Amino acid sequence: MTPEAAKLIGAGIAALPLAGAGIGLGLIFGNFLSGAFRNPSAAAANQQTLLLAFALTEFTGLLGFVVAMLILFVF
Amino acid sequence: MNSILSALALPMHLPQAAGPMEQFEIHRLAPLSLGNIDVSFTNSSLWMMIATGAAVIFFSSATRARALIPGRMQSIAEVLYNFVADMVRGAIGPEGMKFFPYVFTLFIYILLANLLGLLPSIPGVSHTFTTTSHIAVTFGLAMLTIAIVIFYGFYKNGLGFLKLFVPSGVPPWLLPLIVLIEFVSFLSRPLSLAIRLFANMLAGHIILKVFAGFIISLLGAGGVVSAIAIFPFLGTVAITLLELLVAFLQAYVFAILTCIYLNDAVNVGHH
Repeated sequence: MTPEAAKLIGAGIAALPLAGAGIGLGLIFGNFLSGAFRNPSAAAANQQTLLLAFALTEFTGLLGFVVAMLILFVF
Repeated sequence: MNSILSALALPMHLPQAAGPMEQFEIHRLAPLSLGNIDVSFTNSSLWMMIATGAAVIFFSSATRARALIPGRMQSIAEVLYNFVADMVRGAIGPEGMKFFPYVFTLFIYILLANLLGLLPSIPGVSHTFTTTSHIAVTFGLAMLTIAIVIFYGFYKNGLGFLKLFVPSGVPPWLLPLIVLIEFVSFLSRPLSLAIRLFANMLAGHIILKVFAGFIISLLGAGGVVSAIAIFPFLGTVAITLLELLVAFLQAYVFAILTCIYLNDAVNVGHH
């Protein structure tokens, strides 16, 4: 295996955290929706927490993306 | 480099279809140096000045008349003011309004930098640059926030600020571990603030560029294959919409996290 091939495979593996971020985002929005349908009057008050949780979860996936980009373009 | 370009399906024979990372390159517009330090005026500096200038021009013209019944521009300015003021009051309380100018400046600057970065480049005329896609910029902003938290925390609470690392109601045998975890989590705050904004902007712009590259290579293939180019084109439109949302959301998240961290300095031991 050439170093170039190893680099590309490594970048692909580094993109795997996106799966975890996808599961996490699904859980956040799914649970928010199921809560919001049960008590719609409380939904608006929790919008801020929802966006915050979305950003914090998305960050995990983006960290993997940054590592993949570093492997591809920096090394 | 060649294999990377072909892996991303970007055609290399077209001069304007550069790789996805070229849009983040910094060029010197006016070379300057201070001793051994390079302080050149770059395209990054230019776009920062455009963002700041746009904010200054907008808010000075929106608040010039100060009518009781606001006009269109004054309405936008008031909506933005109330949005950030509610955020600060909600996260820190009325005491936190002394930090309002900082949070408002941060929010407007990041929002404008993100939105201006989405403007399309016109070949030969202008080259759009997203200042927030560089970790040097976002880490600078994050360190400013954390520095304010630390200085204000010690200024207001003295050594009592260290109670931040000791949550109440923890059994004594668990304390050493909890303090260590709290300390590491405090240290990771500037990093996570900086990397979140930077990575979101970088990822969005790379995805846009890669999809645009698909259009070019499919059109270049000719014949029936060219017709498929409509799909990446629709994809690009959809991603541009998503990026507009992300541009706002990341400015919002940066501002709200700044408020939450400032809350630790203002109301120590209330968590």
